[in-house]
Amino acid sequence: MENFTPVSATLGGMLIGLSAVLLMGLHGRIAGISGLFSGTVFAGTGDRLWRLFFVVGLVGAPLIYLIATNHMPAFDLQAGWPIVVAGGLLVGFGTRLGSGCTSGHGVCGLSRLSARSLVAVIIFMGAGMATVTAVRLLTGGTPS
Amino acid sequence: MIRNLSALVAGIVFGLGLVISQMVNPAKVIAFLDIAGNWDPSLAFVMGGAVIVTFIGYRLVWSMKKPLLGETFQLPQKREIDAKIAIGAVLFGMGWGLVGLCPGPAIAALTFGGGKAVGFIAAMAIGMLAFELGSKALSRNRG
Repeated sequence: MENFTPVSATLGGMLIGLSAVLLMGLHGRIAGISGLFSGTVFAGTGDRLWRLFFVVGLVGAPLIYLIATNHMPAFDLQAGWPIVVAGGLLVGFGTRLGSGCTSGHGVCGLSRLSARSLVAVIIFMGAGMATVTAVRLLTGGTPS
Repeated sequence: MIRNLSALVAGIVFGLGLVISQMVNPAKVIAFLDIAGNWDPSLAFVMGGAVIVTFIGYRLVWSMKKPLLGETFQLPQKREIDAKIAIGAVLFGMGWGLVGLCPGPAIAALTFGGGKAVGFIAAMAIGMLAFELGSKALSRNRG
């Protein structure tokens, strides 16, 4: 547990929660990123512009952080290209089939006490843990 | 315009939360999912902080008649726990575990994550498109 960062994790989580509350209080919408992104790219309705602005804010936030702190956020991605592409396909297809991701089911769904979202969270966390464990066993068990 | 600008602010706040909690770093997420390794429970604290604020905040804003800039609170109506949500969550969890990225952090990482962050988003969009086309084809066959 040498890399455990409970304070910054809780503070960052509270900002994510604040964003979800802003989106509900102002727009009456769930802050589910897979749905917002999909709606920005694929939805053929006039309702996509505010979603696009949310996504632009999400993309711009690390730049604001960089200007404010002079630190680039860390980004350590060990997976090779075939795994990156396979992971992206699975995440894209899976979040649409399962109606949400870590934000929609995790943050917003659990806060609404939705049993459906709780089941989704337990399943995707379990599948994620099983996948990381399987990769560890297949690649010889060296910690990443 | 105020609708769009407020959505932009909400996106910035969300993204800053992801950066400050380090959830934009795939290695940090994998360290949470790696329960058999050098486990880092930070992600549970991100979830905890987010859910506490959202749980309280949702109840405060739901005491209003309607959202400040909208007509109604649009909440998911589906209740059933079916095969679609279970299989979708399994597939999503596998992709999340393979790379260490879910949609929010992946989008936020576009500006600093290099080619692989861009490649992940492109593959994610193709996965979403495959679902859209697949469900359209299914509903055509049934109709």
